[in-house]
Amino acid sequence: MTQETSENVLSVRNLSVDYATERGSLSALRHVNVDVPKGSIVGVVGESGCGKSTLISSIIRLLADNANTPNGTIDFEGRDLLSLSQDEMRGIRGNRMSIVFQDPMSTLNPVISIGRQMIDIQHRSHKTKAEKRQRSIDMLTSVGIPDPTNRLDQFPHEFSGGMQQRISIAMALQAEPALLIADEPTTALDATLEVQIIHLLKSLQADIGCSILFISHHLGVIAELCDYVVVMYAGEVVEQGTVRDIFHHPAHPYTAMLLKCDPASISTKTRSLPTIKGEIPDLVTLPQGCVFKNRCDRVMQQCDSKVPMWREVKNAHFVSCHWNAP
Amino acid sequence: MSNILEVNNLRVRFRVMSALKARYKGVTDPFIDAVRDASFSIKEAETFTLVGESGSGKSTLALAVAGLLPTAEGTINFAGKEVTTMDRSQMQEYRRNISFIWQNPTGSLSPRQRVSALITEPYIVHGMRDRDLNAEAIRLLKMVGLSAHFADRYPHQLSGGQARRVGVARALALNPKLIIADEPTAGLDVSVQGEILNLLNRLQDDLGVSIFVITHNLNIVRHISNRTAIMYLGRFAEQGFTDDIFESPRHPYTLALLSANPKPNPDADMERIELKGEVPGLMNRPSGCEFHTRCPFSAENCTEVVPPQIDVSDQHTLTCHYPRQENNTLSP
Repeated sequence: MTQETSENVLSVRNLSVDYATERGSLSALRHVNVDVPKGSIVGVVGESGCGKSTLISSIIRLLADNANTPNGTIDFEGRDLLSLSQDEMRGIRGNRMSIVFQDPMSTLNPVISIGRQMIDIQHRSHKTKAEKRQRSIDMLTSVGIPDPTNRLDQFPHEFSGGMQQRISIAMALQAEPALLIADEPTTALDATLEVQIIHLLKSLQADIGCSILFISHHLGVIAELCDYVVVMYAGEVVEQGTVRDIFHHPAHPYTAMLLKCDPASISTKTRSLPTIKGEIPDLVTLPQGCVFKNRCDRVMQQCDSKVPMWREVKNAHFVSCHWNAP
Repeated sequence: MSNILEVNNLRVRFRVMSALKARYKGVTDPFIDAVRDASFSIKEAETFTLVGESGSGKSTLALAVAGLLPTAEGTINFAGKEVTTMDRSQMQEYRRNISFIWQNPTGSLSPRQRVSALITEPYIVHGMRDRDLNAEAIRLLKMVGLSAHFADRYPHQLSGGQARRVGVARALALNPKLIIADEPTAGLDVSVQGEILNLLNRLQDDLGVSIFVITHNLNIVRHISNRTAIMYLGRFAEQGFTDDIFESPRHPYTLALLSANPKPNPDADMERIELKGEVPGLMNRPSGCEFHTRCPFSAENCTEVVPPQIDVSDQHTLTCHYPRQENNTLSP
């Protein structure tokens, strides 16, 4: 991943977010760097509680009320999102940047027809209503909904789960955004539909030329869809690189363990699956040194006291770990 | 080993419109079959897995087996007793022998009760108050690998994996013969998922309990189950030993499911069978073979003739006119 902002649609630099809680300040994100190069698909993996959702909310500037003002910069098409007013943000959301959520049924309004929702969402465009309707039909066709003209008048519950998710994708891509954020869009679907969605995202991405930030904890989907992978743990990015670097030569012990734990990569039948021992550290009282030290199998003396540096292992493959550090 | 549960030709129907509306609309059969002709058995100390997409009737089948839904046809035999004709007190007795691990772990735990109260509730429901409930709570927590101080916590103080363990502890309370686990790993991270599955495997080895797992996560099926059934539109497309199903799947739907499963390797050679079209609605089931609308190998008689059940090998059965050949997955 290039570190020059000019080629990146989105470039998150040194982002830190804290939440005020009853027990004190919870640091949900610490010095996070993420780049999304133009026309590429970047996957974000990590366990629940690692900060994936906070990262998305920071990018779309919809953080919960108890979050402090984020530190760092989020550069999107040459503008720092963190310095924009909410009015300016509203001009970007759903226009240059849009999002597909995990559960399509809660994305779509159950009491408004699909057509009305797809037309309403084009409120920024100055087209006539007939043109907007035609645009909606074209989008539904491109996501493979049969008989789109008639189905526009139907309601969300009349579609299957896979179709609902494809409609959400069609709505997100209607304005041809520069960046699509997909937050675990396939978790609610089974394997055959999952593959349909992956193929759909890939082909639409190529047609429209947008970039995708794809959040998932399904390693198989990430491997198949993404060009680059960002691995997060306890509020930090611990490793990032091309999909092949991450899956074939993981540099961080956490990435290596995560890959080893996936039952899909264990070909022989076993009654005892590998796990990662220990628990995610409490983000209110963070340990000294490396956040992963209590679960790590390569722990060394310096892990206890020194926070590992963010360093480049090889071209465009970054890790923060003391192991094999120069 | 003998069968703990035997289900034969089970059919579960749901009414979709009132009799009056059906008459007005001219619908002769205002029901849908959520489960149709399901036959299977679970042996003692065995894990049986039911795989299928959402809406295929997996959970309905499990609820019917537990006596929580009325059945339209068929028999359910549990340890020699017929379940469908049980009266209230027999049902109470029966439910002591089966327990559930529910899909949504935190949603199935009352937010107002402490863990100790939650996991000992089965004793109260079944009139077994005579024992020391606190000691029982600690014993159960220990069995699922949680320390005693979890007894005083509330559900919101638990992580996803811990909540799931509490669910398992509660399921173990009455020492059941069969545990029904509905999506035991849904929403869990891969590392935690392994812990829960290892726990279930270990408990089965220690206690000899049978486990009925419902899932759509194909990756875990091989590692936990002895036998597997694949469900499509409320019917079993294929069932057999898990190894047979995974190594030589014969039904086109099984093949498609297995080939679709993304592998955690960016350079994996994916030879996929793509399914066309959408899952048909239960209100208008396709004629003939119900899979023909999406089957890549469908031929003329598939659209008209209902396929017979074929026994391929020992306990490996499927319903298809043109089952795939062994080890030759992509040609008929």
